[in-house]
Amino acid sequence: MSAKKGLHLTLKIWRQKNNKSKGQFETYKISDVSTDSSFLEMLDILNENLINEGKEPIAFDHDCREGICGMCSLYINGRAHGPDTGITTCQLHMRMFKDGETIVIEPWRSAAFPVIKDLMVDRSAFDRVMAAGGFISVNTSGNTLDANAIPVPKEDADKAMDAAACIGCGACVATCKNGSAMLFVGAKVSQFALLPQGRIEAKRRVLNMVQAMDEEGFGNCSNTGACEVECPKGISLENIARMNREYMSALVDKG
Amino acid sequence: MSKLDSRIPAGPLKDKWKHHKDHMNLVAPNNRDKIDIIVVGTGLAGGSAAATLAEQGYNVKAFCYQDSPRRAHSIAAQGGINAAKNYQGDGDSTYRLFYDTIKGGDYRAREANVYRLAEVSANIIDQCVSQGVPFGRDYGGQLDNRSFGGVQVKRTFYAKGQTGQQLLLGAYSSLSRQIGKGRVKMYNRHEMLDLVIVDGKARGIIARNLVTGEVERHSAHAVVIASGGYGNVYFLSTNAMGSNVSAAWKIHKKGAYFANPCYVQIHPTCIPVHGTQQSKLTLMSESLRNSGRIWVPKKIEDSIAIREGKLRAESIKEEDRDYYLERRYPAFGNLVPRDVASRAAKERCDAGFGIENNDTKEGVYLDFSTEIMKKGRESAIEKHIHNPTDQQLYDLGKSWIEEKYGNLFVMYEKITADDPYKTPMKIYPAVHYTMGGVWVDYNLQSTIPGCFVIGEANFSDHGANRLGASALMQGLADGYFVLPYTIADYLSADIRTGTIPTTSPSFEEAEKGIKDKIDFFLNNKGTHSVDHFHKLLGNIMWNKVGMGRTPEGLREAIKEIDEVRKAFWKDVKVPGDAEGMNTELEKAFRVADFLELGQLMAIDALHRNESCGGHFREDHSTPDGEAERDDVNFKYVGAWEYQGEDINNEVLHKEDLIYDNIEVKTRSYK
Ligand SMILES: Cc1cc2nc3c(=O)[nH]c(=O)nc-3n(C[C@H](O)[C@H](O)[C@H](O)COP(=O)(O)OP(=O)(O)OC[C@H]3O[C@@H](n4cnc5c(N)ncnc54)[C@H](O)[C@@H]3O)c2cc1C
Ligand code: SF4
Ligand code: FES
Repeated sequence: MSAKKGLHLTLKIWRQKNNKSKGQFETYKISDVSTDSSFLEMLDILNENLINEGKEPIAFDHDCREGICGMCSLYINGRAHGPDTGITTCQLHMRMFKDGETIVIEPWRSAAFPVIKDLMVDRSAFDRVMAAGGFISVNTSGNTLDANAIPVPKEDADKAMDAAACIGCGACVATCKNGSAMLFVGAKVSQFALLPQGRIEAKRRVLNMVQAMDEEGFGNCSNTGACEVECPKGISLENIARMNREYMSALVDKG
Repeated sequence: MSKLDSRIPAGPLKDKWKHHKDHMNLVAPNNRDKIDIIVVGTGLAGGSAAATLAEQGYNVKAFCYQDSPRRAHSIAAQGGINAAKNYQGDGDSTYRLFYDTIKGGDYRAREANVYRLAEVSANIIDQCVSQGVPFGRDYGGQLDNRSFGGVQVKRTFYAKGQTGQQLLLGAYSSLSRQIGKGRVKMYNRHEMLDLVIVDGKARGIIARNLVTGEVERHSAHAVVIASGGYGNVYFLSTNAMGSNVSAAWKIHKKGAYFANPCYVQIHPTCIPVHGTQQSKLTLMSESLRNSGRIWVPKKIEDSIAIREGKLRAESIKEEDRDYYLERRYPAFGNLVPRDVASRAAKERCDAGFGIENNDTKEGVYLDFSTEIMKKGRESAIEKHIHNPTDQQLYDLGKSWIEEKYGNLFVMYEKITADDPYKTPMKIYPAVHYTMGGVWVDYNLQSTIPGCFVIGEANFSDHGANRLGASALMQGLADGYFVLPYTIADYLSADIRTGTIPTTSPSFEEAEKGIKDKIDFFLNNKGTHSVDHFHKLLGNIMWNKVGMGRTPEGLREAIKEIDEVRKAFWKDVKVPGDAEGMNTELEKAFRVADFLELGQLMAIDALHRNESCGGHFREDHSTPDGEAERDDVNFKYVGAWEYQGEDINNEVLHKEDLIYDNIEVKTRSYK
């Protein structure tokens, strides 16, 4: 491996005490950041410096740091999850940045995701959409059919898996100029619509989830496709199309 | 006097659970809504338990520190979940899964619990499929399986490299259904900071709302702890950053015994540490060992040249590679259990053969080139390609690998900037899973009546080592199929109790304790951050309570941790205030608990004069470096009882492990 280089950076970071107060950008300098560090490790170092200076560290969401829990967020230089595709912020590494660069860091911005503090936002609207229908109504007693009694064509299982890979990070919402949650909801609707177990209540599910999504204040989809570009898990627009089909047919049935 | 009554039901092993279920007390459906249950944690264990208890009709309050139950640490599990389905027809059975698990755990797990786990495992897969978990399938539409370290059958079900994610989302969807119905009240971004005991029974918790900072009282008829493992005591581990021991440790301080704390699993296939700015280690799924061969150079000069960047792995000739697992363990080869694989990597790196250019020169190769060509050849035959070129074989093999492990390869490349299709992955062991935890009886109840512990937070099913794909199985078994029955037996006495008031002195006292701690932290004005102390602790733990342990090292560790702990309470600096989000304050509470637990881990490791599973004592090894167990003196669970601030005074209780159904053998994978 080549010699490790330390980066010197200027950071413009959104600071906001809480949901009620107004926020503003603050500028910070940071030096000797290893190019092998992750973006969040860079923020850890900054926070350590701030604490040592007697200041309050920057609040940001994160947990697994493996790109799977969906907890990390951040708008970096105007892009959800930063300047790389197919990854979350915790997987973003500092080798993507140049020495001397200025980096602008903001929270997700969407009416449905209010800021909690600094870079942290409240994404519980997603949970409420899920509670409205993002499930198969089966008891958890284990008194179900033998798993192989429900054969699923491999292609369908794989497609369902691709849709199910959504981590609920909210980048799709944050990056959409309408603040639409269609990619997230479409992914869930698709997963179940593609499986025989999920078909039975497919109509009810899509109607309920779409209604909840609207009630939470997510905007409409105008097919710009920005969500797909920034989705760290490659959730495809196909899922929105499938949801729309499911929705239309459910509406027709409802009459 | 010991309170350790494991309450293992009488009768033949294979009938114990059924018989027990048939004879436990029940709570009638019309009485269940008179009962409140708190579930702390919404991972596989807590999420499945909360959903099932709510479905049965109890009032459930569930807590997690993340912003959503869907983000619990279980989400990160990659490889798969075991079940004795024998779909592959390779001779698997409940007994065989039970046997492998007991043996894999180095005969330090409880027979009856493990048998029950194997017994309900098949049900878990049925349940998850009916919930819409998209497991991998073969072309006939049937479920596919892979194999994992330590076993010779294919019994691992998987959903790409995201099995934990899909299982958790399954549990979360069932939980969401109950939340939607108002049966579960979900408390996101809430942290349990203490347990409340009223008249000797667990009756509630003190939690802090992490958004508003408010300290809240919550009462219930029973409390279920499903808060996961404590690997983060090492600072660097594969655990999520927020994983903590607090809930388990707080109940320990209130009377629950803590069992086998020294049993930590070091996972063999993680990405090596890159440097001092590192915050977290990333696992490469163990399933990769199905297709990857592990090696280091045979010649030390080659290792040195590689570390200096003068030589590349690909240019080392086949005969100059030391496939040390295949050499030492021909029967299992690269699929030996985790503890064996980890120690073998350490042995090679200690001897100077490590290939990674980091501070410690620790790293070995995980190489897919053989498999790529092999699968390429198989694929060519299947596709009727005659006389394929090497490039064609490589491309076909590569797409096979991509299909199977693609996301892991992408993840590796994002982190290291190396392309693992072209050059072997670099891996090294890292702290991963904790087999120790709160002592529970067969009903999963701790030594505090009414306080149950499930999933990774308890100690019961894995012994001294955990085989791959068994933690997910245990989490879901506990949550869906065990706890909901056993808790009813306890709660059947509570149908006339009525709501538990939160105004009693016990609640007041517990709340005051927490508020005082908050005041202390915020007003201490020390000079070092919480992380500073956490890193000091982690360093001691990794070096002296890590992969190889010596009595001298452990004695030093006990003293040093004690010193770090004293320094922490004197000198920690926690900025901010008590109202609103304060992430440093959260960390301070967690690290305070790790500092106590770390010391107990070292004490436990020192007292256990043997090697077993994840606990390797260098002074108890055979001449060829294998672990030497001492069944005469140590075939027991060591459960510690808290005695106040000085951790050195904890009292050891022993639960003898009795194996009626299997012969205890030396564990060999040769
Ligand atoms: C990278 C990785 C890969 C893995 N791969 C596999 C695999 O392939 N197969 C396998 O079988 N196992 C695997 N494991 C192990 C397995 O994932 C875990 O052991 C298991 O998921 C633990 O589940 P749990 O429900 O006990 O705890 P967790 O999933 O850790 O859940 C803990 C819950 O408790 C909550 N919590 C914790 N403390 C508090 C508190 N004080 N107050 C409130 N809430 C709290 C958290 O918010 C969370 O909801 C893997 C682990 C890792 C790290
Ligand atoms: S669809 Fe993609 S961007 Fe949207 S929440 Fe899911 S993973 Fe995140
Ligand atoms: S921290 Fe979990 S996805 Fe980034």
